[in-house]
Amino acid sequence: MTDTPLLDATGVAKSYGAVKALTDASLTVARGEVVALMGANGAGKSTFVKILTGALKPDTGRIVIDGREARMGSPAQARRSGLVPVYQEPSLIPDLDVRDNLRLGDTPVEPFRQWVEDLGIKGIRLSDMIGDLPLATLRILDLARALAAEPDVLLLDEMTAALPTDLVERVLKVVRDRADAGMGVIYVSHRFTEISQLCDRASVLRDGRTVGDLKIEPGVEDRAVELMLGEKISLGARESAAALAARSGTPRLSVKSLAAAPKLQDVSFDLHAGEVLGVVALEGQGQDELFDVLAGFRKPTGGTIEVEGRPARFAHPSEAIAAGLTYVPGNRSEALLAQRSVRENIALPFSAHPRTWGPLKMRTERERVDYAIEKLQIDTRAQGEVQRLSGGNQQKVTIGRWLATGVETLLLFDPTRGIDVRTKRQIYPLVRELAEKGAAVLFYTSELAEVRLACDRAVVIFNGRVVDVIDAADADEPTLMRAAYGLTGREGAA
Amino acid sequence: MIELIRKHAWVLGLAVLLVVLLGVTKLIQPNFGAPGLESLARSALPFAFATAAMAVVVIVGGIDLSVASMMAVCAVTAAVLMERMAGVPALLIVLCVGLAMGLVNGALIVITRVPDIVVTLAMLFVWEGVALLILTSPGGATASWLRAATRGDFLIDGLPKALVIMGLCIAIVWLPIRRSKLGLSIYATGSDALAAFRSGVAVDRTRIIAYGICGLFSAMGGLSLAALTGIGEPVPGPYLMASVAAVVLGGVVLGGGKGGLLGPIIAVFILRIIRTILTVMAVDPNVTTIVEGTIMVGVVMLGTAVTLRGVRR
Repeated sequence: MTDTPLLDATGVAKSYGAVKALTDASLTVARGEVVALMGANGAGKSTFVKILTGALKPDTGRIVIDGREARMGSPAQARRSGLVPVYQEPSLIPDLDVRDNLRLGDTPVEPFRQWVEDLGIKGIRLSDMIGDLPLATLRILDLARALAAEPDVLLLDEMTAALPTDLVERVLKVVRDRADAGMGVIYVSHRFTEISQLCDRASVLRDGRTVGDLKIEPGVEDRAVELMLGEKISLGARESAAALAARSGTPRLSVKSLAAAPKLQDVSFDLHAGEVLGVVALEGQGQDELFDVLAGFRKPTGGTIEVEGRPARFAHPSEAIAAGLTYVPGNRSEALLAQRSVRENIALPFSAHPRTWGPLKMRTERERVDYAIEKLQIDTRAQGEVQRLSGGNQQKVTIGRWLATGVETLLLFDPTRGIDVRTKRQIYPLVRELAEKGAAVLFYTSELAEVRLACDRAVVIFNGRVVDVIDAADADEPTLMRAAYGLTGREGAA
Repeated sequence: MIELIRKHAWVLGLAVLLVVLLGVTKLIQPNFGAPGLESLARSALPFAFATAAMAVVVIVGGIDLSVASMMAVCAVTAAVLMERMAGVPALLIVLCVGLAMGLVNGALIVITRVPDIVVTLAMLFVWEGVALLILTSPGGATASWLRAATRGDFLIDGLPKALVIMGLCIAIVWLPIRRSKLGLSIYATGSDALAAFRSGVAVDRTRIIAYGICGLFSAMGGLSLAALTGIGEPVPGPYLMASVAAVVLGGVVLGGGKGGLLGPIIAVFILRIIRTILTVMAVDPNVTTIVEGTIMVGVVMLGTAVTLRGVRR
């Protein structure tokens, strides 16, 4: 290793409007070094990756590669500067064949073939259309293409997420070999097992800031978890005493060995009426697929779902809704009619019920809507369009409408993403109230501190499998974080 | 070989359909021969250029509703210029005008981030107005050699000059691009703009250039109009919807990334010949459009069903 680092990024900052995604991120990679980039969800990792690879321009900051200041205006410039990324999603063009994809980036063909072979993929022809190839193969082709470009610095973003175990081993071996030959590698991953096997050092991001550099050695996991969590602004204490729901009788929703290839492998849990069950997972561990299956957007590839003890199979979202499963997306714009009033939005599921074709019962509707609005403390210039409300208020509308309508099973997917602390504090009691009224709530959150405030229990999913079930009382952040990183010792994969 | 057939199945299918339709024409009108082919090729000329123009922007993932208006601008520009100056420089100027109009469309779309369909809808009216400013009523003149270039047969009977001109013009512009990195970039951008961006494609520049090529083909379409009529006509003809129809029928997917120019050009002839057949059969002209529309939906549905069975993702 030489003294001047191969890559040296300092003081990188980026804001989206008022939201500061990155305040002060830095990263150095020496020749022959593999550095893990870590951070909890929302720490700014993906923004930092985008800036490093030229997909996003930073507000401030300097990136020096191999002694030269790199101008990262576009991915093409980043490549020319010597940094080649392999992104989380394949960046190959689906409608072009392999050969044309290589030509597009001026990748030499022979080294590419060699790498594909070394990485253990056989039977790839240059005339194969990218769109016809399976996902795991695409990740490998993407990596082979990056290696064939002989970069100074290779950036791997969740490279192994969709790969079967044998390919993971191959990839780790090849990457380690390249590093030993002098390449610098940035390895973005959630998986401690891989990080400790492959990396020399870990750089930890928290709240948009680089907070620490760790040498990879036994016991580093605890230190890393500590760094990733840091001190958080308190979200407040849970208001109602945790009246543990009676978990007896037939569960409202019972999921057994549910799978949706490739990410969701084996998830089982019971959800009872009156209970809020948290789902804790790092990004891309299969939780998106789990909610998609439960909401009827996607068909499972294995396992069973039972609603009130009766087996259910949803071929269409309307069937899930008919079975009483209501999905509230994390992305508010998917749930609201932005140009209609708050009133109409709250009343929508109420009046849009399949059996209510006739005239709307305006009076009952108005009463219920008024109740919801009061309960939500939506700042009512509520007659106006929903799109004029703040994100937090919009989110209150997406949840609050079910308060007005009544709901059996609510699937909340990260309802507090990107909203302020004050509004968050109003949302937890809302969720609790829904549960007290008899709803069963499945609550995925990317913010671990919320589990204690809103949930009765939490299932932890890692690598598409349930790795732990934790009672809210024990669900402090370090416990959850360790579990989410698969560090419970009961880990199923990798 | 089998691979090659599989890859170009759509175009081959269209070619077979075209041959069948030519056979049908011959059957119902035994005296259909070289002159019939010649007039078919001649009438198809502006449609073919409009379709080539549309195909390029659809491949890059956009759409250009101003194609017919740009053709009108180019036709009147040609008629006005050729009345006053030598034909060849006038022709080059018209091509440059078309290219410039296309680049303006593309630049507006890329810079303003307003959707393609909105920008080009607005530009449809702008270019239409420009054409009327240049020439308020049909008039002007066309160089005689330009008119001659589209009439009659080339060397042998049954090979219309119009067809040769069409093939040459489109091949000269498109083939070098198709084989170059620019062509790959156009397909890549239309297929998956994000992945293309990440692969290092200059996505914005590619889109602007694609619109420029669209303008260039529109200029050729305008020139062909001037050549066919001998004058300049400032009111846009029925080329917009016809070109979209041919593009879709020709196997270019709306949304981008798939297809080429050959399929859409064959589709132009298919649509023209269906019209000829229906006219020969003395079908009510109003029924003709219904039949055309039905055939289009049918063919595209059939094609989609076949490809969907092949590829399941």
